[in-house]
Amino acid sequence: MERLKFIGKRLVTLLIMLIGVATIVFILTKLVPGDPVTANLSQRSLSDPKIVEAYKVRYGLDKPVIVQYFYYIRNLLRLDLGTSIRTNRPVLEELKRCYPATMELAIFAILVAAVFGVLFGIISALRRNSVIDQIVRAISVVGVSIPSFWFALIVLFVFYYKLRAMPGPGRLSSFYAAPPTVTGFYTIDALLQGNIMKFGDALMHLILPGCVLAAFTMGLITRTTRSNMLDVMSTDYIRTARAKGAPKRRVVFHHALGNAMIPVLTVIGLGLGNLLGGMVLVETIFSWPGVGQFAYESVKALDYPSIIGVSLLIALNYMVINTIVDILYGVIDPRVRRR
Amino acid sequence: MNYDPQKTPKDAQQKPILEVRHLCVDFHTAEGTVHAINDLSYTLMPGEKQGIVGESGSGKSVSSLAIMGLIPNPPGEIVSGQILFHGTDLTKLSDKEMNKIRGDKISMIFQEPMTSLNPILTCGSQIAESLVLHRGMKKKEALSEALRLMQEVGIASPEKRMKEYPHQLSGGMKQRVMIAMALACEPEILICDEPTTALDVTIQAQILDLIRKLNEEKGMSVLMITHDFGVIREISDNVIVMYTGKVVERAPADVIFKEPLHPYTKGLIGSIPRITKERGRLEQIEGMVPNPTEKIEGCTFWPRCPYATEQCRKADPPTVILGMHQVKCWRYGEA
Repeated sequence: MERLKFIGKRLVTLLIMLIGVATIVFILTKLVPGDPVTANLSQRSLSDPKIVEAYKVRYGLDKPVIVQYFYYIRNLLRLDLGTSIRTNRPVLEELKRCYPATMELAIFAILVAAVFGVLFGIISALRRNSVIDQIVRAISVVGVSIPSFWFALIVLFVFYYKLRAMPGPGRLSSFYAAPPTVTGFYTIDALLQGNIMKFGDALMHLILPGCVLAAFTMGLITRTTRSNMLDVMSTDYIRTARAKGAPKRRVVFHHALGNAMIPVLTVIGLGLGNLLGGMVLVETIFSWPGVGQFAYESVKALDYPSIIGVSLLIALNYMVINTIVDILYGVIDPRVRRR
Repeated sequence: MNYDPQKTPKDAQQKPILEVRHLCVDFHTAEGTVHAINDLSYTLMPGEKQGIVGESGSGKSVSSLAIMGLIPNPPGEIVSGQILFHGTDLTKLSDKEMNKIRGDKISMIFQEPMTSLNPILTCGSQIAESLVLHRGMKKKEALSEALRLMQEVGIASPEKRMKEYPHQLSGGMKQRVMIAMALACEPEILICDEPTTALDVTIQAQILDLIRKLNEEKGMSVLMITHDFGVIREISDNVIVMYTGKVVERAPADVIFKEPLHPYTKGLIGSIPRITKERGRLEQIEGMVPNPTEKIEGCTFWPRCPYATEQCRKADPPTVILGMHQVKCWRYGEA
């Protein structure tokens, strides 16, 4: 009951934040110089006052700004994000097309980063100042500081071009057709289709870009886990657990890990937010048809509706992730639930 | 130093549960090696209440952690000496072997109940854990036993408290949970490291009553570690006074209160507030416990001692044995 109430509160906060973000994006579009009519309509349409008038009426541009704001919010609530100038398709459709690709890659990358980051962090903390600790710390520093576009190129060169051990760019090998869309995740959709080989192929395509993307976040997670684990291991309650005669493994996993994970969760959440919004370089190098590529193309074409759509999506990512992280805090830490 | 553990116990037929023999513990720090405990010996008989008194830095807490095998290593290290529990030297046991003794045969409660309980586990499960670990109980069985233990240590509405987390309990309540946890397996020795320091005065008295009651009813030995002679007056048959890792005075509790010999002990006893007709200032010991890395020639107490002479500054005093009473001071008779 207490937990449900806590989750409910978080969801209400999320809704309020969403409206706030939409408002800020609206204000920004009004502050940016440029006329939406000239930006969105073609030269031919612009010469026809009827079309211009119809367009203005449709988007409420003939009304005062405050009324426009309510139109904008109304359109958002109807999930109408406008039409892309570049592709002439609804922005929502475009996002629906490219978002699953980004999400699949981001989730894969964050799983790799979280599993190895937490594992390395724990080992590093428990074997403090040992050779293993030094190696793990070196790896995490390299992971954090290596530029992803360079790493991506090197990895492609070595594993795809030289060793031929991994598939190259794209989501699937060219001899496979995309599986019928259910979730938009090729791996899951291939499984639903019952095609194990296609699943394997989609998974293999995830590995190189996924690991490149995971490197940075993994470095952060490793370092955060290590330092939190060290802090927690020297607390009084760990001494109590040891005084109780709990074996080392139980002390680490039952008593320490949960407490040490609380700040790590934030890092994982922020990492996922970064991945969902900012993979422009890696998506471009791996020809990954995701949000990053779409954002890049939209910016190049000054495609305002698309840019607004991507901005809202990225903001939404962070908000949803933060809400999930907040809820998870509450699941792990009873003190948070009370607040 | 000439202390013979076999002679002091009141009851010669009984075998001691715990014998600490010439224990020395060092801490290797960046500023140099600190002798946290310097030749500590004592015995603990079944049902005996042994007090160890000293200010922070006297080595009293380290001595209890040494028994539990919980001295952080590095930087701490038991350099020499033995800790015999029923004749087994605990300093020679591996961590795994110690896990069978910790929390089962020897339990410990700590100074800070606020931080000594795991914030993300319920109180009930933290108490039940010892039973699962040492008695091989199933979780459910252990929880119902935990409920009984919570009742025993005087926690009101234990069914509710069981499911609560430490932050939902008051300090006194948390210390009761700690005690219930320590008692779960009916240990032979209960080590209390400043169990009441962090608590309100009224709660202090309740907790001390509880410890005394458990000592009397269950016959378990108590090692009471404190800086407060007020606590010692409540619970202790014998008292050891420590200063800078050394034993400076040792005597049965009633003797030490009647006739403290060491000026440090006098200072500690004089600083207990008491209700008497004449009003006056509490006595205090001048100065501070010296920085542990500092080397002091002679008696380590002389910089703070009102009676210090040239001799005290030059040479470390021997331990003088006067029957049941021992003191390590050049001027114990005159002061």
